[in-house]
Amino acid sequence: MPPRGLWERAGRTAYLAFCTAVFVFLIAPIVVIVPLSFNAEPYFTFTEGMLRLEPAAYSLRWYQNVMGDPEWRHALLNSLFIGVAATVLATTLGTLAALGLTHPALPGRSAIMGLLISPMITPVIISAAGMFFFYSNLGLTQTHLGLVLAHATLGTPFVVITVTATLAGFDPNLYRAAASLGAGPLRTFRRVVLPLIAPGVISGALFAFATSFDEVVTVLFMGGLEQRTVPRQMWTGIREQISPAILAVATLLIAFSLLFMLSVEWLRRRAGTR
Amino acid sequence: MSSKRPADGGVFALFGPQLRAVGLVLPLVAFIGLTFVAPLATMLSRSVYDPVVAAALPETLRLLQAWDGVHVPPEPVFETIARELRTARQERSLGRVATRINRVRGGLRSVLTRTARRVREAEGPAWRDTLVGIHAAWDDVQTWHAIRRAGERFTARHYLHALDLERRSDGHIAPRPDEYRVYVSLLWRTLVVSLSLTGLCLLLGYPVAYLIAHAPPQRANLLLLLVLVPFWTSLLVRTTAWIVLLQTQGVINSTLVALGLIADESRLAMIYNMTGTMVAMTHVLLPFMVLPLYAVMRTIPRLHMSAAASLGASTIQAFWRVYWPQTLPGVGAGSLLVFILAIGYYITPALVGGRSGQLISNMIAYHMQTSLNWGLAAAIGGLLLAFVLVLYLVYDRLVGIERMRLG
Repeated sequence: MPPRGLWERAGRTAYLAFCTAVFVFLIAPIVVIVPLSFNAEPYFTFTEGMLRLEPAAYSLRWYQNVMGDPEWRHALLNSLFIGVAATVLATTLGTLAALGLTHPALPGRSAIMGLLISPMITPVIISAAGMFFFYSNLGLTQTHLGLVLAHATLGTPFVVITVTATLAGFDPNLYRAAASLGAGPLRTFRRVVLPLIAPGVISGALFAFATSFDEVVTVLFMGGLEQRTVPRQMWTGIREQISPAILAVATLLIAFSLLFMLSVEWLRRRAGTR
Repeated sequence: MSSKRPADGGVFALFGPQLRAVGLVLPLVAFIGLTFVAPLATMLSRSVYDPVVAAALPETLRLLQAWDGVHVPPEPVFETIARELRTARQERSLGRVATRINRVRGGLRSVLTRTARRVREAEGPAWRDTLVGIHAAWDDVQTWHAIRRAGERFTARHYLHALDLERRSDGHIAPRPDEYRVYVSLLWRTLVVSLSLTGLCLLLGYPVAYLIAHAPPQRANLLLLLVLVPFWTSLLVRTTAWIVLLQTQGVINSTLVALGLIADESRLAMIYNMTGTMVAMTHVLLPFMVLPLYAVMRTIPRLHMSAAASLGASTIQAFWRVYWPQTLPGVGAGSLLVFILAIGYYITPALVGGRSGQLISNMIAYHMQTSLNWGLAAAIGGLLLAFVLVLYLVYDRLVGIERMRLG
């Protein structure tokens, strides 16, 4: 639509300026962290040296600091272990459920869907409180297993949603075609269904892993010293002795999430489900 | 599932398609039932059920059933409670009992622990005189009312507490004294903050979603990434980022000082207060508004606006009468999502909210971790859960849970 007059052109400029400001608001905080993590001084602002781009003002000391710290290494191992285990559990159960949910013969579909999505909608503080009460009765608090179960629970809705969305475009005739060619259900699943829904399954798995990798409330309530994860360690860092080492971890996490985001976007485009 | 069965039908062929579908869904339904529904049920039962005092003082409570509630109870009640307190001390349950009775009436914890300790050497038969000698509170009917109340296995007192109410000794329900009223105002604050955040996100998100939805594909993808990056970035990272930007020695304040816009000693307090909570939470929640709006807007042909314009509508008219109504499903979805997320938010207010920027979920965490008043934490959680459930049903009515998409 070509601008029809001066007012409209002014309005259009104001509109674009507004949108630019919102984009800056969204991105700037994340971008600012990265250079500050290379600060040679223990400050949270740009030193004069940094602004003059002097090499001496930048250093890797906070990265060395983090890498050399056994607590952070332990936290990373915990995060990876709990994240991978929870993702495998959530992806398996979620994919099976999505296959059932898209089956035309399933009774009470929307009620079941509502139940399976509910961990995503319930405020985590409530889920975590409930899990603390229930899991402590079973002796599962302060164990890795307890956190794996908790994180898998929080991750399943993402798998259900992404796989269901992929299956919405699935042609049921393919089941019959495979069967007529003599394939049993398992073989049909492995050779026909899985390759087609793989992008949905993988992005669901990435969502589930990202959920676990960023989760801190259940870890705060249920985890002990042995179960400290990276977000838990950051939480302590922010609350107690905020040092630029936190910014180094944050920068690493930003790189990590960019990788995740690009993978999911790439898969989404490949699957053509938008 | 056995893969040894012949390939011409497999294990599923034995059952109808309906059973097969149910069989696929069942494992996750069972899992969610066990790891999510059962925990929530446990929490809700905690909010109304507490057997600790009833288990420790069974005889005392039985005798108090027959008590008139006006005069100090008769001698046998004193004798029984002395015995049961002594047993509770030996079995190490006294602390939990005293804490619970103390929550009904402040100050009774020390009365009970001191009595349990001193009553060991004490002898009958004048139990009443002995106990009153240990602490005068035993001569006060309110003490006995508190014990009787704390002894109820099923109780509404946590919910009353969460609503700043209490049951007086004559049984009627009344507001708590002013200085103890915390929760209702905090609930209101949470509600107001969540509504403001929703409005703010809509105000910021709508124009941006419009821009992305109607940009040429190449540019739209790039702009969409600018929304997706914060969406994917760790919550703790984003919160850290806002601390770095907003704190008194932070980037924004230092820049303002360096530019001479503010004096060094009058740096702005933008964090560890409500401002910090609002700014950081808007940043966290904005993508949840933009993405559903974008999903709806990209299905609306731009031709509609042009058609309205060619029929003589001004841009504003064309927008308001033609475009805006078609985006309402997205507005509803985004707003409800943001509101539901905002009302239960914990991490961000806890880290950047200071004292004035706390919300109701911080109170749940406080009672879970610090005061250890789990019954009250469960009751506040129960209230919040009921509220979210209602919103969830509204969302299902308006948008449909099955239509929920990510990004």
